[in-house]
Amino acid sequence: MGRRLTRREFLLAGAGAGAGLMVLGGCGASRDQAAAARTAAGGGARYTGPKVNLAFWNGFTGGDGPIMLELVNQFNSEHENIQVDMVTMMWAPDFYQKAPAAVAAGQGPNVAIMHVDRLGLNAARGVIIPLDGVVEALGLQESSFASTIWDAGVYEGKRYGIPLDTHPLGFYYNKAVMEEGGLDPNRPPQTRDEYMEALEELKGKDIQGSWVPPSLFTGWHMFTSLLWQFGGDLYNEDVTRATVNSDAGVEAMSWMVDLVKRGYSPKNVAQDGDVIALQNGQNAFNWNGIWMINVFGAVPELEWGVAPLPQIGTEKAAWANSHNFVIPNQPNPDPNKLRAAKVFIAWVIESSQKWAEGGQVPALNEVREGQAFEDLEWQPEFAKELPYVHFGPSAPGVTEINENILYTAVNEAVLLNEEPRAALDTAVERANKLLQQNQQKYGGY
Amino acid sequence: MAAQGIEQTGAQPTPPAAGYPSGGKAESTGSFSWTPYVFLAPYLLLFTVFIVVPAIFGLWISLHNWDYLLPEQPWVGLQNYVNLFTPGSPTAGFFWQSMEATGIFTLFSVPFLVIIPLLVALILNQSFRGRNFFRAMYFAPYVLGVAVVGVLWQYILNPGFGLINYYLGALGIGEGAVPWTTALPWAWISLVGMTVWWTLGFNAIIYLAGLQDINQELYEAAKVDGANRWQRFVNITIPGLRPVFLFVITVTILASANMFGQSYLVTDGAPANETRTAIMYIAEEGLENFRMGSAAAMSYILALFLALISILNFRFLNQKEED
Repeated sequence: MGRRLTRREFLLAGAGAGAGLMVLGGCGASRDQAAAARTAAGGGARYTGPKVNLAFWNGFTGGDGPIMLELVNQFNSEHENIQVDMVTMMWAPDFYQKAPAAVAAGQGPNVAIMHVDRLGLNAARGVIIPLDGVVEALGLQESSFASTIWDAGVYEGKRYGIPLDTHPLGFYYNKAVMEEGGLDPNRPPQTRDEYMEALEELKGKDIQGSWVPPSLFTGWHMFTSLLWQFGGDLYNEDVTRATVNSDAGVEAMSWMVDLVKRGYSPKNVAQDGDVIALQNGQNAFNWNGIWMINVFGAVPELEWGVAPLPQIGTEKAAWANSHNFVIPNQPNPDPNKLRAAKVFIAWVIESSQKWAEGGQVPALNEVREGQAFEDLEWQPEFAKELPYVHFGPSAPGVTEINENILYTAVNEAVLLNEEPRAALDTAVERANKLLQQNQQKYGGY
Repeated sequence: MAAQGIEQTGAQPTPPAAGYPSGGKAESTGSFSWTPYVFLAPYLLLFTVFIVVPAIFGLWISLHNWDYLLPEQPWVGLQNYVNLFTPGSPTAGFFWQSMEATGIFTLFSVPFLVIIPLLVALILNQSFRGRNFFRAMYFAPYVLGVAVVGVLWQYILNPGFGLINYYLGALGIGEGAVPWTTALPWAWISLVGMTVWWTLGFNAIIYLAGLQDINQELYEAAKVDGANRWQRFVNITIPGLRPVFLFVITVTILASANMFGQSYLVTDGAPANETRTAIMYIAEEGLENFRMGSAAAMSYILALFLALISILNFRFLNQKEED
């Protein structure tokens, strides 16, 4: 699954320069914001000990990397006795393979970032430590964060992640293509009826309006969003059985597949083909992550917009993931470094307005509800989805089952190799066996 | 002939430990010398540390539910192997599908990688102006890393905006929408094609060396006897290259069976794991899903297959040589 992330970040890399400029512009505004947030987040966190160096690992290889580095540099210049050294590698496979190996060798970083759906696995494998004490020391409270994001950082009753942001799926549209198809470019479809009408309208002008990617990015995310919209879920309550072959799952998948069958999407869309088509004016709509604002923003003369996902099913829902700060396990933890790491985590979260400008929705309420964030062009559209974003469950090994087993059903069905129900049944059968293995391995959950 | 020449000189020192029958008993014990062992020691050390020990340790891992980060590695005996041969187990279907993918790739890439480089070598062995330039050209792709080759071909093959479909579209063929990386058999054609382009230079160079080792007098003698071009090729060139064939075929089969990067980068195993090779699946099982015991068991099955194929290959080609 590594390459899929790489491809996305490959696209992002191109947008890095543009994002950098945005950050420079946004610096001044974020200061007051940060000060206000610092108090809110209980920012009494201080470090007065001897000078320490902190190794900080993450997978920000795209346009987000330079922004985090800028934050780190700013932090270093403001803190004489803490020097943070940032190490960036690709999330998968590199980061999620090397971080555990480094921890096992006693060479793990002092602080790191992980996705919220990876916390369970890394907690179960002893890669990261519980942060309840850290949260208490920093005076962080649930009420300071969006509750959907905050709640996701808990595994087996203990908190392992402190949320920095969330990156949900949104609905991108090419305004020029919409106009060409006789649609109002400022009124993207938001309901099922509007969506189908728009596609029919576009089809009348020989435009395939909603390319459906059979790849993990973002076919899988589109499917899960729809699954949740139709009232289904990936797994049962205690994550012992996969449930994507429920009626809701079949309905979600059939809707996606029908876009292809009815000719609203070509067959065999290649990796990123949907994105490129939108950029080239061949595709009108694209369900994609917030990270694409940098990619589309960097395309000269592309007239585009983004809105919350249209509601196709019976309720609103959107796939999302979240970057969380974690503290990796150390054989002989240095209390000074631990204290310094707390200061660093609190500082970055409080300064997350700058982070948001790079294409994220900040987890901290004070930042997200602040004027500086509201003034951003695209990010607030994604923030609207916060009440109904869904994260993958953090049970250990489940992300791997999602991406290696369940995702295969999306691929098979969208490529029209298998009927939706058959594809989902096969995937569920395989997933259930692995869930059983995982339960034995990680002891229940 | 190169390979035979090396064999002969290699056999001359006849160290007793090598099991060669040497002159008298007294003489052989008397001439015992540490020298060859000292020379072999550095390689032996590396071989032990990086091949022998991991191979044995891997066997041990394959008998457990192994995850190096968990406190306990439960012993499961042969369960990981049994799973691979039990239809409906979580691994069996995927594993044999990936073995099949490896098999398909090997089956279709090896013939091209054996024959095309030979033709290239025959041409490059002629004397013509700019020969060195062409020799360098054909070898050039081989120096690229698989990541570079992968990214390069992604752009060329992409069904939506790739160069090939662009030009096919311009010529009005296939509506310019051939699914080069997303459907079969196109994905295999792409993977085999790019691999042949990438690695043919290596085999061509080996052939070229072999061709230059064939005694020119044989050709002259054959010409005098009235043999035509084809007869000279069949009766002098082919037999002369036999040891080179053995090497090229063996190495190419092993390299093809170890294919990883091309699928990983260009098709990502798509459509639906159809082009996910054995090595790719083993890496995923061991390093992404952290089921190292199961992954180790798969590696042994794959290794067993490769050993069998290599033995058959040696038998077959050596027998021919003895005839």
